[in-house]
Amino acid sequence: MSDSIQKTTFTMPIGPIHPAIHEPIRLDLSVDGEEIVDVDVAAGQVHRGIEWIGMNRNNPVQSIYLAERVCGICSACHPFTFVQAVEQAAGIDVPPRAEYIRVIIAEMERIHSHLLWAGVAGHEIGFESLFHLVWRVREKVMDLTEYITGNRNSKAMYQIGGVRRDITEDQAPTIRKTLDYYKSVFDELKKLLLDDPTVKMRTRGVGVLSREDALRLCAAGPMLRASGVAADVRQDFAYAAYADLGVRAITPDIFTGAVAGDTYDRIVVRLLEVKQSIELIEKALAAMPDGPILTEPKIAKLLAVLKKADGEAVARTEAPRGECMHYVRMKAGEDVLEAWKIRAPTYANLIAVPTMLIGQQIADVPIAFASIDPCLSCSNRAVIVDRHSGTRTELDSEQLHDLSVEKTRRLNSELTYK
Amino acid sequence: MIALLLGPIGVAIVGSVVGLFYLGVDRRLVARMQARVGPPLVQPFRDVGKLMMKESIIPNGALRWLFQFSPVMCVMGSATLLLYIPLFGQPALFEGSGDAILLIYLLTVPSIALVAGGFASSSPYATVGAQREMVLMIGYEFPLSVTVVSIAWRILQVTDANAFAFSSMAQYPIWDLVGPLGLVGTLLLLVSLISVTPGELGRIPFDLAEAETELAGGLLVEYSGRNLALFYLGNAIRGFAVLSLVVALFFPYGIAAGIGVTSTVLAVIIDGAFFLVKVLLVMFVAVALVRSAMARFKINQASVFYLMIMTMVSLVGLLLIWADMML
Repeated sequence: MSDSIQKTTFTMPIGPIHPAIHEPIRLDLSVDGEEIVDVDVAAGQVHRGIEWIGMNRNNPVQSIYLAERVCGICSACHPFTFVQAVEQAAGIDVPPRAEYIRVIIAEMERIHSHLLWAGVAGHEIGFESLFHLVWRVREKVMDLTEYITGNRNSKAMYQIGGVRRDITEDQAPTIRKTLDYYKSVFDELKKLLLDDPTVKMRTRGVGVLSREDALRLCAAGPMLRASGVAADVRQDFAYAAYADLGVRAITPDIFTGAVAGDTYDRIVVRLLEVKQSIELIEKALAAMPDGPILTEPKIAKLLAVLKKADGEAVARTEAPRGECMHYVRMKAGEDVLEAWKIRAPTYANLIAVPTMLIGQQIADVPIAFASIDPCLSCSNRAVIVDRHSGTRTELDSEQLHDLSVEKTRRLNSELTYK
Repeated sequence: MIALLLGPIGVAIVGSVVGLFYLGVDRRLVARMQARVGPPLVQPFRDVGKLMMKESIIPNGALRWLFQFSPVMCVMGSATLLLYIPLFGQPALFEGSGDAILLIYLLTVPSIALVAGGFASSSPYATVGAQREMVLMIGYEFPLSVTVVSIAWRILQVTDANAFAFSSMAQYPIWDLVGPLGLVGTLLLLVSLISVTPGELGRIPFDLAEAETELAGGLLVEYSGRNLALFYLGNAIRGFAVLSLVVALFFPYGIAAGIGVTSTVLAVIIDGAFFLVKVLLVMFVAVALVRSAMARFKINQASVFYLMIMTMVSLVGLLLIWADMML
């Protein structure tokens, strides 16, 4: 019995359907006991062909609503980026008041998105009370969003050349009241999320991404900042009204004194960004100039301008999850966009997941993976790569639909009910 | 003979009803602490009823007989616990034929049933869950044993009867035997036993064998229908049994004699109700409060907690009780 026992690893799939992951993606973990030795990320289960529709069926104004539905949570950042790209390509100016309203809506989205994430993080580590309490706090900003835009989530505020609804003087007191509420509960929130011993136990040293790795793997947003890189599109390439408001990128050392690049640091960054957003909305409300909110209120006229437009543009915004980028190319005489490419922040952050997970325990996977705040609807494309011949074919929505119908039929015929 | 047959069945039925009821109370209490309304109190009964009607799926790679036998073993093991624990202020049904030492052994049976079921289902999630459950069992076993032995040792100093029998523990409540130093020791033992309770029951922060967000249900991931209902029921009964054990070890008091009730029937009713209140209070502290105030431990953290911290706490408790006696 001199032979040493060969350690065996087995594969444990997390997803595409798994309680820890609220959208479909698959992480194939190679596990040795409780330790993770290898990770493979398999994305691509929620492709919907949104870009294709924008390039073949919808005119640019219709595509704003499509962009809003790229993601269920970032229903401001995608249309925000998209209208900026189209405005740039078509040479349309935006009235200053609209720039401020755009910022207010985007920051409200950041508050709601970060709080939603904090609740989910509590759920992932089995801290149900935290989940319920944080989500109750989040409700206030959802109510405010409904009050201003008429809807809790799909806000439909952004329009090419401005915004569709004004924020009036009568609405300001309600907004200030909500902001005051958040300021009053902020310390308690901080205590709950950052001082709780069990939260510390479960997040410190978990899912570490070093500064070098974060830069090498092109992480984005709070991920990048939690690793100690002070990068924020609002600071580095200030768009809309952010240049007037002054944004500083938040890194965890402001609070903890040192950068660890772990999940705890990501909580710190997101929580401090909630406070930053509250302050930004306050500043924006006070500094908002009077004036029109749309350059061209008549849709028919706007469409005529867009049809004549010829050019291309890239727009970037800081979405709650990181840098969101839209590329748009327009050709004179065409109703639809000639090209439209979306790069959502999760797409960048997914690349860092294997680095974060290798060497961790199975118990760390949910919280470490959730710490990138993955938004998978944003990051799915269908490209078929044939490894042997090296050819790439892209699937459009019709082909995907046909494939899907075919598979349903096939499964139906295979199923035997006993 | 008939009593010997019907007694255990009666205890199992009463245990199921009361256990499921306490499960409902626990869910409601936690919901209120999380600012939710929570499910109706009868929800666990409905859950079991609905699961009973559902199809029981046995996975292809599973060890069929073990996969189906484990839930039954879990319910039977849990119900057996109740035969040896004093309930409703009355002596245990099989008092005399089994004591606290037997109970410590019996407590592992439902856990072993869960582990066997997990391994038998041949799912990687269940396998990891079963490994975790075993590690956890090794962890909480020691503080539990130390607690029981400490109490029995102290009782042994005042009586010649079997100190491990629950009747002796009811006759000489531990609190009445000890001085100030021993009081602190007894409190430490109580703390360690209360920390063992959520581990024994697989509740947060020790629900890592099921760990919904990590293992998607772990041990029970492949179970459905009737088999899952049996595990659910078994866990409910075990919950009631473990809480009753805490009551029997530390709070074996009745109030009927104290408030001057002379009628035997009335005294039985009052003590029975008082017992339910005691179990409720223990459950509130040991299960509901802990579960709504903490996050789930990782397996290494849980092991350190039980094997190092709680073992130390219970040993210090034992030492203090010994010192209290000797000085």
